[in-house]
Amino acid sequence: MTDLLVASIFQENLVLAYFLGICTFLAVSERVDTAVGLGIAIIAVQSITVPVNALILNGALVDGAWRWAGLPDVDLSHLRLIAFIGVIAAIVQILEMTLERFFPRLATALGSFLPLITVNCAILGGSLFMAERQYSIPEAAVYGFGSGLGWALAIIAFAAIRERLRYSDMPRAMHGLASAFLVTGLMSLGFAAFARVPL
Amino acid sequence: MAKALSQFTRQLVAQNPVTHQILGVCSALAVTTSLDTALMMSAALTAVICLSSAIISFLRHHIPQAIRLIVQITIIASLVIVIDELMRAFAFELSRALSVYVGLIVTNCLVLGRAEAFAMRNPVAPSLLDALGNGIGYSLILIIVGSIRELLGHGTLLGITILPIVADGGWFQPLSFMQLAPAAFFIIGLMVWSIRSLDLSEAEIAEYDLQGERSQG
Repeated sequence: MTDLLVASIFQENLVLAYFLGICTFLAVSERVDTAVGLGIAIIAVQSITVPVNALILNGALVDGAWRWAGLPDVDLSHLRLIAFIGVIAAIVQILEMTLERFFPRLATALGSFLPLITVNCAILGGSLFMAERQYSIPEAAVYGFGSGLGWALAIIAFAAIRERLRYSDMPRAMHGLASAFLVTGLMSLGFAAFARVPL
Repeated sequence: MAKALSQFTRQLVAQNPVTHQILGVCSALAVTTSLDTALMMSAALTAVICLSSAIISFLRHHIPQAIRLIVQITIIASLVIVIDELMRAFAFELSRALSVYVGLIVTNCLVLGRAEAFAMRNPVAPSLLDALGNGIGYSLILIIVGSIRELLGHGTLLGITILPIVADGGWFQPLSFMQLAPAAFFIIGLMVWSIRSLDLSEAEIAEYDLQGERSQG
């Protein structure tokens, strides 16, 4: 379990090793405080959606899940994509309403990030990796939290670098997007070093 | 028609979805370790974006504004499932190699972005052309990056040896770095840089112009 947690944060970092959520990663990393907000939102959504999707996958979609109902041949696993998207959209909506009701200040801080998360490939990608690697439900919970934390870590570090980068004297064509890609590449190179760490 | 065609060609280079609009970057980076996966992904994405734009544009007067995102995502997700199943049936090895990234076409900002920005407001034919232009523009980047990474990483293109590698008695030492994640970031970064150097109007304005301050001081 600890291995899985550490691996999902560092070695298998969703942005830097699997390129998931790059669009949001590049777009919402101009400032550290917004990056922290988005990072927290991703951790929250990821740690809920991955285990819930694991429950739904194991309970209703895998081959033979409907055996108890007298339907041993039903295999709905091709529906997992639509099921995952539905679950993610619903959970983001519920999370938004719950936050508004009980933690209004947190809700206003995270408000604008939550809708963004529904179409973030890191969230759907996390659930799809869970399905592909056939994690059990506790493993899925650990993986969801770890991969969310890894994503948050990456975007906060990247935003901090970008804040400094604004003052650097680069060729004009390199400002913005090109430099962002190169910096992400260097970060990814740094994180690749974790692959050698024995667990 | 001439206008439509000029719009079409503009999307291939100047308004390229990946390097200009930063849409659909995730998959562009992930599936480009070799040329065949890049080609397969390009074909899958172009098919999905064309079909989804046509269908959404056809239904645009019947989709209620309030739930349009859900309708669009459902249409796209259904198309992706069909493509995914087809790929598993006829190209199992490649679909293994693409792993989760075919499924991730659903959340590819490019597909949803074109549906929302263009197909919801235009008739079927222009929407289809717009989708095709974006699909091909995306494919172009994937094919370029895929070729670079496979050629320098293994000395091959589509599995055919181009540069004979040292292990087989040739002269080329393969750069295994090209197969790793950072290489993809560097290649796309350098591509964006070169496109913007050719056309400085694309470049982002620096927030703090050191050159200007220097000349004043």
